[in-house]
Amino acid sequence: MAVQTQQKSLEGYVGFASLPNQVYRKSVKRGFEFTLMVVGESGLGKSTLINSLFLTDLYSLEYPGPSHRIKKTVQVEQSKVLIKEGGVQLLLTIVDTPGFGDAVDNSNCWQPIIDHIDSKFEDYLNSESRVNRRQMPDSRIHCCLYFIAPSGHGLKPLDIEFMKRLHEKVNVIPLIAKADTLTPEECQQFKKQIMREILEHKIKIYEFPETDDEEENKLVKKIKDKLPLAVVGSNTIIEVNSKRVRGRQYPWGVAEVENSDHCDFTILRDMLIRTHMQDLKDVTNNVHYENYRSRKLAAVTYNGPDNNRAAKGPLSTKSPLAQMEEERRDHVTKMKKMEMEMEQVFEMKVKEKVQKLKDSEAELQRRHEQMKKNLEAQHRELEDKRRVFEDERSNWEANQRLEQQKMEASRTLEKNKKKGKIF
Amino acid sequence: MSESAKPHHPSPQGKGEKTHASDFSYVGIDAILEQMRRKAMKKGFELNIMVVGQSGLGKSTLMNTLFKSKVSRKSVQPNLEERIPKTIEIKSVSHDIEEKGVRMKLTVIDTPGFGDHINNENCWQPIMKFINDQYEAYLQEEININRKKRIPDSRVHCCIYFIPPTGHCLRPLDVEFMRRLSKVVNIVPVIAKADTLTLEERDFFKQTIREELRANGIDVYPQKEFDEDADDRVINDKIREMIPFAVVGSDQEYQVNGKRILGRKTKWGTIEVENIGHCEFAYLRDLLIRTHMQNIKDITGSIHYETYRVRRLNESNAHFKSQPSDHPAVQPKANGQPEVKPSAPQANGVAAKHEVMSHEM
Repeated sequence: MAVQTQQKSLEGYVGFASLPNQVYRKSVKRGFEFTLMVVGESGLGKSTLINSLFLTDLYSLEYPGPSHRIKKTVQVEQSKVLIKEGGVQLLLTIVDTPGFGDAVDNSNCWQPIIDHIDSKFEDYLNSESRVNRRQMPDSRIHCCLYFIAPSGHGLKPLDIEFMKRLHEKVNVIPLIAKADTLTPEECQQFKKQIMREILEHKIKIYEFPETDDEEENKLVKKIKDKLPLAVVGSNTIIEVNSKRVRGRQYPWGVAEVENSDHCDFTILRDMLIRTHMQDLKDVTNNVHYENYRSRKLAAVTYNGPDNNRAAKGPLSTKSPLAQMEEERRDHVTKMKKMEMEMEQVFEMKVKEKVQKLKDSEAELQRRHEQMKKNLEAQHRELEDKRRVFEDERSNWEANQRLEQQKMEASRTLEKNKKKGKIF
Repeated sequence: MSESAKPHHPSPQGKGEKTHASDFSYVGIDAILEQMRRKAMKKGFELNIMVVGQSGLGKSTLMNTLFKSKVSRKSVQPNLEERIPKTIEIKSVSHDIEEKGVRMKLTVIDTPGFGDHINNENCWQPIMKFINDQYEAYLQEEININRKKRIPDSRVHCCIYFIPPTGHCLRPLDVEFMRRLSKVVNIVPVIAKADTLTLEERDFFKQTIREELRANGIDVYPQKEFDEDADDRVINDKIREMIPFAVVGSDQEYQVNGKRILGRKTKWGTIEVENIGHCEFAYLRDLLIRTHMQNIKDITGSIHYETYRVRRLNESNAHFKSQPSDHPAVQPKANGQPEVKPSAPQANGVAAKHEVMSHEM
């Protein structure tokens, strides 16, 4: 039974028109994330363009861009930068691919890049399948800028191969690099040739969405006519007519980066940052990620656990209850492990303490014995002294008695004498 | 009667002749220069240039600019659709051009498909094979008993290698190619589409390239070891300071300061091809055409060709010795020519040089 939604007119001001403001305020507090990938041969000005786009020196003399040396194999490097403007925070991640297309044999140079994109999707898929998903960092690649060398003829076989393999996985935006090589006529012709080849090989580059707004549609159509965008980047600021602009100084003139007559840089910047950033993220989420997810899950259910993709995560088609059980078990085992560890630590500490105490006890005992010995020695000394004293005393007493006796004797004698005299 | 007639007769003055009345010591040996000049003009010159580089670097445009006429492959076979061929092809186009009575047969050898594929392993092989084939053809002609008075010279005199203007360093492909080919042909590296680089970037790029060439032992034209005397060395050192030349090509004319000059017009200015403040095209043209053309041809003939010849004859001699009955490749056709002693590799081939010179005369 289809539910009919009817348009009803309001009788007064309800207030839900402020919803966008609430969303806005919440998003500003949370901040935004955006991941941009740049792919192209060495020397096409990728690092310079990034610096120009975000008006920061992501790659400077102290941290030079990866293209200053030719690499043997394709690397994938990430650099994160936090930019603040007007109270809005943007966590920008730039994924660079040095070494792409530089070797003599470039077969499969796109493989590391595809693997990287897939691994980011994998991470997101895993974090999405978890039960506790409070923090879900979105590190998926939202946009891939592909740099085409300004040959003036058409796409190279490498360009075609790369774009054919990546247009289903990520939003591909082709750019003509170092566009100040081309005169306006050459540029026109080159763009037409490239679009023709893109159509011929059925490559799906990022499409600007149609909106309901007439004005915006006109702008969008203007942009579509200029695809692929021909850009020029610059790290240096030059004075032109007493104005300071970013540009490249040649003996015959100055090519200004932000002049829309000279190149399409402003269109790229406006499109990428000011108008279509959210759309890029949405398309990545709704189209590319969903494609990946359905392919991955279908493969798992079709092949069972046997999957030819190397990455295996805790991905399962069990019911959430079972999953919760599993998670609980995981949690419990983790806790047990932690407990055991803590016990071990505790035991060890206890042992240490006991040992210490024993040691101090032994020490005390020893001291006690020592003191006792001392005491006994003193005692003995004292005893000796006393004996000596006693001896002396008895001696003296004996002497005294003797003396006394003698005295007595002498007295009695005297007495006797006196008495005797009478005799 | 004849004695008195002399002072009255205005003696017919030729271009190089002096009056006998004033100078007894003049013999007239320097008149040989005049004779040589006349002969050369009658015979005409040959020049074979090969251009190598990725598609879209402006090779054909540069050739047209150098010789101020549509001599490139594209002008001859107008191909509206530029397709990259599946394998490297070698296409050569010949033109007869003339200036002030001097005729030249110019052959431009193009190599579409070089470095354009995903896998560029061994993309230099077809080119090396072509160069060696030309040497082989010349050798066969030379060895003939009844050989022509003037052997048609299809040997590649000079190979211009186009380096893409990345501004950072040489790519592995560039290094590989130049290393192998500097041994068989004179290589002149140029930075293509130099209007991409600002002057500082250009200087930095050139320095990096020179260092890398030195580090890899690549000897580009003008080679240091073939400088004949001090004067040469001075001139060539100045040139060596400037290679690789940063060139811009154009076959369209624009009006600048009331003059019509070749250039490229962009929204921020016009690049003049012949202005040495803008690019070094003028130096390249002078090197290739106005000052060093004969030197290039000499080095090709006396050094690169001789190296090839020695190697070839050594090979065939070794084969010769192992199979005395069968002479497959090189036969000194019924011993019309004295058996060459292959033991002395004439790297500096002074004697051989005179031999070749006599052929060309």
